[in-house]
Amino acid sequence: MKLQVNGTTHEVDAPADMPLLWALRDLLNLTGTKFGCGMAQCGACTIHVDGAPVRSCVTPVSAAEGKAITTIEAIAASEVGQRIQAAWVAEDVPQCGYCQSGQIMSAVALLKEHPQPTDADIDTAMDGNLCRCGTYNRIRRAIHRAAGN
Amino acid sequence: MSNNLAADNPSRRSFLKTAALATGSALVVSFTLPQRAFGAGAATPTNGGTLSAFIRIAADGVVTLTLGKAEMGQGVHTGLAQLLADELEAPWAALKVEHSPALPAYAGPGFPMLMTGGSTSIATCFVPLRTAAAAAREMLVAEAASRWKVPASECTAVQGVVKHAASARQFTYGELAAAAGQRPVPAKPALKPRSEWRYIGHAMPRVDSAAKSRGETRYGLDVRRPGQRYAQLARPLRGGRLVDANVAAARAVPGVTDVFDIPQGIAVVATNTWAAKQGRAALQAKMVVEKDAGFSTVALAKQYSELAKQPGQVARAEGDLKKAAANATQRVEVDYAFPYLAHAPMEPLNCTAMVTPEGVQLWLGTQGQTFDQMVAAGVAGVRPDQVSIETCMLGGGFGRRASAVGDNVAPAVEIAKRLPGIPVQLVWTREDDLTDGFYRPQAHHHVVVQLGADGFPLSWQHTVVGQPLVKGTPLEGAMMNPKTGIEVTLTEGIENLPYAVPVMHLHVHQTTAKVPVQWWRSVGSTHTAFALECCIDECARAAKQDPVAYRLALLKDSPKEKRALEMVAAKAGWGTPLPKGHARGVAVASSFGSTVAQVAEVSLVDGQPRVHRVVAVMDCGTVVNPRLVEQQVQSAIAYGLSAALREEITFAADQVEQTNFHAYKPLRLHEMPVVEVHLVESTEAPTGVGEPATPPIGPAVANALRALTGEAVRQLPFNRRSWA
Ligand code: FES
Ligand code: FES
Repeated sequence: MKLQVNGTTHEVDAPADMPLLWALRDLLNLTGTKFGCGMAQCGACTIHVDGAPVRSCVTPVSAAEGKAITTIEAIAASEVGQRIQAAWVAEDVPQCGYCQSGQIMSAVALLKEHPQPTDADIDTAMDGNLCRCGTYNRIRRAIHRAAGN
Repeated sequence: MSNNLAADNPSRRSFLKTAALATGSALVVSFTLPQRAFGAGAATPTNGGTLSAFIRIAADGVVTLTLGKAEMGQGVHTGLAQLLADELEAPWAALKVEHSPALPAYAGPGFPMLMTGGSTSIATCFVPLRTAAAAAREMLVAEAASRWKVPASECTAVQGVVKHAASARQFTYGELAAAAGQRPVPAKPALKPRSEWRYIGHAMPRVDSAAKSRGETRYGLDVRRPGQRYAQLARPLRGGRLVDANVAAARAVPGVTDVFDIPQGIAVVATNTWAAKQGRAALQAKMVVEKDAGFSTVALAKQYSELAKQPGQVARAEGDLKKAAANATQRVEVDYAFPYLAHAPMEPLNCTAMVTPEGVQLWLGTQGQTFDQMVAAGVAGVRPDQVSIETCMLGGGFGRRASAVGDNVAPAVEIAKRLPGIPVQLVWTREDDLTDGFYRPQAHHHVVVQLGADGFPLSWQHTVVGQPLVKGTPLEGAMMNPKTGIEVTLTEGIENLPYAVPVMHLHVHQTTAKVPVQWWRSVGSTHTAFALECCIDECARAAKQDPVAYRLALLKDSPKEKRALEMVAAKAGWGTPLPKGHARGVAVASSFGSTVAQVAEVSLVDGQPRVHRVVAVMDCGTVVNPRLVEQQVQSAIAYGLSAALREEITFAADQVEQTNFHAYKPLRLHEMPVVEVHLVESTEAPTGVGEPATPPIGPAVANALRALTGEAVRQLPFNRRSWA
């Protein structure tokens, strides 16, 4: 099966029902995307498929065939991705950092949809991303900073 | 009653004893400056030099700091880098920070083990690491001085350069490092005066933010070695046994390479994690429980509640209870019930292991490398020094990754032993993490306070029921009060309560339950502070006094708590009007040598408390990095609030009922309160930061809820009932 990841086409030997998460992490060595729950509860595995945020732990590879997959490793290729990452560093958002790939993927998707998000927009867009270290207040600040709010 | 918790810190004391006991060696209390333990021989003018086990300076000036403390989000790499770089006079931009190998040079300081926990890193490293860096700086200066043939006293080290002002000459550290590393280590290097600190006390940015924001940081679960396999374990839980496993079906799953029994269960090994998971599911093994079948936390809670009314082991008995009761005009009698809690770090547990004829190689995020070495050595039949550990970044710890029994290491090495030369990554699913955990123990408190005519306590009678953490392990003696035979984790925070009570009796029932337990961020204070701070609020209410004023009157001999409370009341505008439907609650607690006071502002949303704002005051002595302390206060509040609002691990018919984040529900972004952190200015020695802000949040919110609804919280978590 062919997967188009971060602009490159890869041939992967995966059963159709394998979640994209494991194809990325174990078959393609793209370990920036994290495993947290495996049932769309924590957001650690968030990636973009054709630009939309998706929980890769519950998305079978078959559903992503022929689509453009973007992971944290290539998010800096977009201008919004760069702005979000710069804001994350400026606000010193990460603690353990384990959830942050997923947080950033969700935040980039939010800014692409709402360039000037309100607090309510942030609440909605980021609700699926758990952070056990409690970095939420800085995540909110960093999104506002990236939006130039 | 001791206010000097730093000197009397049960957790730190325990660590020391633990370390001595676990290694069977004499306790090394004094810190010996690590010599150039390794690597020094390899130093050449082109690749720089090693100036101590912690400091390597390359010819191009890059300063690599090698640290024995594990970075799990608490910011310890940044804080320790500040200590080293300040004394070394290294430019901040030149720093690189890495985890050390598991070698004795990186143990302690103060105990002969590699261990990160008990909120001790900054406190215990504060003098030793600065001393090591000052020694390195003096070696660089001595080398430059000898090249110029001038006295060292005429040379100064500033920001990566040694200068001789009189002759306007200078060398970069990179030019000096290789030769400087060969010089004798000064015995008594001079530390900078506080007024010259350029990093310590400043809000230096985290050294790990950029890599963590690019997804480049490697956690244990990200280890990828040539030929690596992935394993999952079918686990018989809590004394059960697996039967009727369909091994053939598991082997038939594409990608599965091996299925075999190990002492901890049935291992399924595959070429990727998904195949291992599918293989495990295909086993369809059933668990049979023979002993203590049908265990439930509801029954346990009932048993604990009854036990709490009985006399237990005596932890403290001062004064005459009967006389106090005879003189009392009011009596406050309350119970508090606490559930088991899971740590649930975002990165599920894992361990990658490889067994070779030379020994064992481990890759994992861990708070306790020395324990891991001992466990792996025991399983593989080698010496602990034949176990090498590459400490990866930790996706959260909270105490879970400091296991004395290596519940992640042992099965990983068992599996690797069967597949020599192959690195095998044993992965916990979230379900494994929550249902096969080591939990904060379920507990019950019963408190009777007799109040005098002035409304203040004449006596405080407190009974704690709970599971000790290390009973039956080799650490048992180490964490026990030798006089009472009671584990300190059941008494800390109550035994040393800061309030003036003339009569104080504390009884403890140390229970046994078959549920594995472990330290959870702030350990005993997770429940003792709740019971104490809610009960003192009840007393203030009974005395018809303001909760802050009432506490302050009782804190006359506890200046740290008093100051923190006064400050938080002022900063939070205690007593000023709030929007309708909002109320404030307050709590103060000391743990790990630090004192934290918090005021929480709460309203009700759909019958459950919503915390809008928390004002926190932290007194942790000298602040090394205000930005990191603020982060840790916020983090501890999020962690403690999650637990108070709705986290619990319950067992019904022997099974954990919360299997993933749909049922075990940490706080989400929209529920995070605004947190305002104020630090007490202090020149005292630094004390704990990672944990001490956890204990006060639960009781602060409970006390606000009480003020709001007139009903007291007696059971955790709060969502056991509706508050509408
Ligand atoms: S791992 Fe996919 S949402 Fe948690
Ligand atoms: S930074 Fe640790 S889980 Fe979010």
